[in-house]
Amino acid sequence: MPALLRSTFVLVMVLLAISRPSLASEATGNGTENTITTLPIVIWKWEEIHFPYLVALWVLVSWLCKLVFQLNPCLTRVIPESGLLICIGWVLGGIIYGADKVQTFRLQPFTFFFYLLPQIVLDAGYSMPNKLFFGNLGAILVYAVIGTCWNAATLGLALWGCWLGGAMGNIDTGLLQLLLFGSLIAAVDPVAVIAVFEEVHVNEVLYILVFGESLLNDGVTVVLFNVFDAFVSLGGAQIDAVEIIKGIISFFVVAVGGSLVGVVFALLISLLTRCTKNIQIIEPGFIFVLGYLSYLTAEMLSLSAILSCTFCGVCCQKYINANMDERSVSTVRSTMKVFANGSETIIFVFLGISAIDPSIWVWNTAFILLTLLFIFVFRFIGVFLLTWILNQYRLVPLDFIDQLVMGYGGLRGAVAYGLVLLLDENKYKEKKLMISTTLIVVYFTVMLQGITMKPLVTWLKVKRAAVSERTLAEKIQNRTFDHMLVAIEDISGQIGDNYMRDKWNNFEEKWLYWLLMTPIARKSCDPIFNIFHKLNIKDATSYVKEGERRGSLAFVRNESKADVDFNKKFGADFSEMMPYIMTENMGPDHVPVSSILRDSVPSVCLDMHEQDLKMRESEDFDAHHLLQQHLYKGRKQHRHRYSRKHLEVNKDEHEVQEIFQRTMRSRLESFKSAKMGVAPPKKISKHLKKDQPQKMPNGKSADTSKSHAYGDEDLEFSEGDSASGCEAAGGSFPMRAYRGAGIVNPAFMAEMDTMDPMPPMQQIPSWLAEAEVDSSNMVPSQRAQLRLPWTPSNLRRLAPLCLSTHSNDSFLLADSPATQEGISELPPPPPPQDGQGQGTHK
Amino acid sequence: MGSTNSTLSKIPNVEELMQETGFTPAHIVRLYDRFEALDKEKTGHLRPQDFGAINRLAMNPIGDRIIGAFFSPGQETVDFHSFVRILAHFRPADKKHPKDPSMPEPVNSRTSKLKFAFQLYDQDKDGKISRAELLQVLRSMLEMQVTEEQLESIADRTIQEADLDKDDAISFEEFRKSLEKVNIDHKMSIRFLR
Repeated sequence: MPALLRSTFVLVMVLLAISRPSLASEATGNGTENTITTLPIVIWKWEEIHFPYLVALWVLVSWLCKLVFQLNPCLTRVIPESGLLICIGWVLGGIIYGADKVQTFRLQPFTFFFYLLPQIVLDAGYSMPNKLFFGNLGAILVYAVIGTCWNAATLGLALWGCWLGGAMGNIDTGLLQLLLFGSLIAAVDPVAVIAVFEEVHVNEVLYILVFGESLLNDGVTVVLFNVFDAFVSLGGAQIDAVEIIKGIISFFVVAVGGSLVGVVFALLISLLTRCTKNIQIIEPGFIFVLGYLSYLTAEMLSLSAILSCTFCGVCCQKYINANMDERSVSTVRSTMKVFANGSETIIFVFLGISAIDPSIWVWNTAFILLTLLFIFVFRFIGVFLLTWILNQYRLVPLDFIDQLVMGYGGLRGAVAYGLVLLLDENKYKEKKLMISTTLIVVYFTVMLQGITMKPLVTWLKVKRAAVSERTLAEKIQNRTFDHMLVAIEDISGQIGDNYMRDKWNNFEEKWLYWLLMTPIARKSCDPIFNIFHKLNIKDATSYVKEGERRGSLAFVRNESKADVDFNKKFGADFSEMMPYIMTENMGPDHVPVSSILRDSVPSVCLDMHEQDLKMRESEDFDAHHLLQQHLYKGRKQHRHRYSRKHLEVNKDEHEVQEIFQRTMRSRLESFKSAKMGVAPPKKISKHLKKDQPQKMPNGKSADTSKSHAYGDEDLEFSEGDSASGCEAAGGSFPMRAYRGAGIVNPAFMAEMDTMDPMPPMQQIPSWLAEAEVDSSNMVPSQRAQLRLPWTPSNLRRLAPLCLSTHSNDSFLLADSPATQEGISELPPPPPPQDGQGQGTHK
Repeated sequence: MGSTNSTLSKIPNVEELMQETGFTPAHIVRLYDRFEALDKEKTGHLRPQDFGAINRLAMNPIGDRIIGAFFSPGQETVDFHSFVRILAHFRPADKKHPKDPSMPEPVNSRTSKLKFAFQLYDQDKDGKISRAELLQVLRSMLEMQVTEEQLESIADRTIQEADLDKDDAISFEEFRKSLEKVNIDHKMSIRFLR
């Protein structure tokens, strides 16, 4: 806590130091620019930038506050973050007020509704668990619409009753004004609710009910607010049955219309992402811009902007996640979170700051206390009543404890505060009282209920969210259940939820997928296949990680079937089995996890790999030695190219192509020469020559590559030797041995590093030549000979991202050296390729 | 109420049936109407063809398996009692009446629901879901979107996940274990049968 205070204090001082001169200089005005007498070297331009500067500073301050909280986990465990942020707001507000004697910073309704709220709503919609949401949509709507109306009406009427009874003393208000006040404070606030409920992990049905309700009832409350505001403007006398009916119609039009606007925008986004394949960089941008536009458009049409934005997020998520590149999806996700979390933080801090301003406070004990009491009581009554009705129809009834938590989770928040600020002081004489009451209600619910929520949930033993690990079996079974229920409904002749869902699914598959998804995405959108894919990726990642941890990837390239085998073996409890197998089975208590050989293909158990691991280790050492000697240094380890259009700055398409060309050519040649039995002496001399610079490194290259013994060799070759062309070109992969491609390549590097592209017909088998030079090379290169070559499909299995699609072409090119030269002469050769071009031509 | 009673009186042993399945008279009447509607030839028995006449069922990828589940082995027809008994699997478990240990396990318990699901896979009734059986179901559910090779690896993987005794098949016990975290009562219940 002291650390927290210190850091915030420093920040605020900085802030004030900057804002001080602004107040002073604003008075002196703009005349300075014309009256310069000499050329200024630097000028103080605070006035010009003070607005964005302050915004940025506020964001920074609130985030730093958050950072400080997270350093004190014991604090956040007791008090929810939202409450802490409000406290910080009080402290900051106090400091500012103490310095300025007036509250300079205030949450403006416009800022709140147009810059802070949209991203929160969009994020909530976008990350909404879709199936759960639509499965419980009926209940959510009942709570959100009827519940909110109930809250608004009862609070307004009850306050009115008390006011008539004279409990509040002399305040200037009326039934309509109190109903308006009731409607603005009726809504449960998503920001506050999410902030609290995210920390207590209640079961998913309860979560979605509270979350969905809080999200949708914001829309409802804004609509109610507008209707009652219009009624107040009309004045009590003007209101007749027609106006009331109009109000009700307008309520539905605004709410439904807003949702429709959202759906339309969701369709637009999905359609757009269908064709953004070539501009992946701005792909995520579309989501934000269109999401924001859906908010603004609805606002422009005076429809419910919050509902619009929510539905936009909810409806588009499935399609855009399928359409977009995986990276874009994670970009959208994290950026959305950054925005939402950021503005949430700012909102709470400002809710705190706003309180430190004597000019807004009007105290009326009865009004405030009665409001608090009524809000609390009517929320519970409403929840119990509505749940009782819903339970008559629900498959899984909500139990009493769930209802209690729902009722208790009725936190009010920033939306109420934003709305109350919108009130016109001329019409509402008691605006200040309403503001104070709203603030008190917000503080009370967020702080008190927020703090007590977690103990309450624990104490009541609310069903928590089950941590379900997604397994294929579950997914498949879920699918079967769905089909089963539909079939049973058909047989028993009922039109139930499952029937409707099935209808919708069919419709979606038939039309929406066709319309909104790219053909590729359509194929992979099957949930079962999806989870299969994810599990496989997870396996591959931990597989490689594990290999890395052991310091060698030898086992990966051991057999071409290793990966298939791996899947079979580690399919089950992967996370538990993996470390066990990897670490334990070297020891005596090795439990063989029998691999299942059900295919005709020869698959090799991983435990066999393990058994000869020790032998392999020595071989690995040889291999390393060999690689050290004979691999050429990469042209460059990374090629830093800045591009605003592409993410893959360091990906070299040619590299992959070269690898395959080389492999295929060397195989072809060794095959040819073995067949013809030609072994020209030229080759050997070349190798002797090659070894020379390596043994006595010359000064010329020593400085460029100190750590790599063969670095100078590389130089030597690219400058003088004809053999080095493509060898130097592909040499970068020992450096990347942890990447997908790198895993494989060392296996055949030993074999091909001796190959010479120039006289293809007169070459001895490479490993023979090698043997004459250095007998220690024999072992690995023979191993390389025995091993099946890696096919591109194998490669891609392990490294889908590293390899370019060009790799296939290299097969076609491999057997003709002429084409290879052609490639090396491609018109704009990137710098590293120059070396290759030179080498080949000399 | 009168029509309810008159329908109920047509069904023999209706009390016993209600006791066994936990259905209310309203449910029984509703199901009886449906049964008669399906039973076009008014024989009092349903044949597989009668189920086949339900249009939407034909579109269901595992529809024929569901139909098959209504017919006990060797039998060509199903009468109303068995019909109701099968449907009773899909009645939500009632929370209000805690389980009476002396009573036989109700037909809508978790285990019997799972058994029903299990036998949809286990077509040769050997108590095990073999790879081929799983593959069949997968093929019908995933059709066209996935290649045969992918299908096979999905099946392999699924078996791997569930297979504890490494016999390359999923026994009922393993099946139950693999779905331990799934709330079967939610997934295998139909609202209107409540």
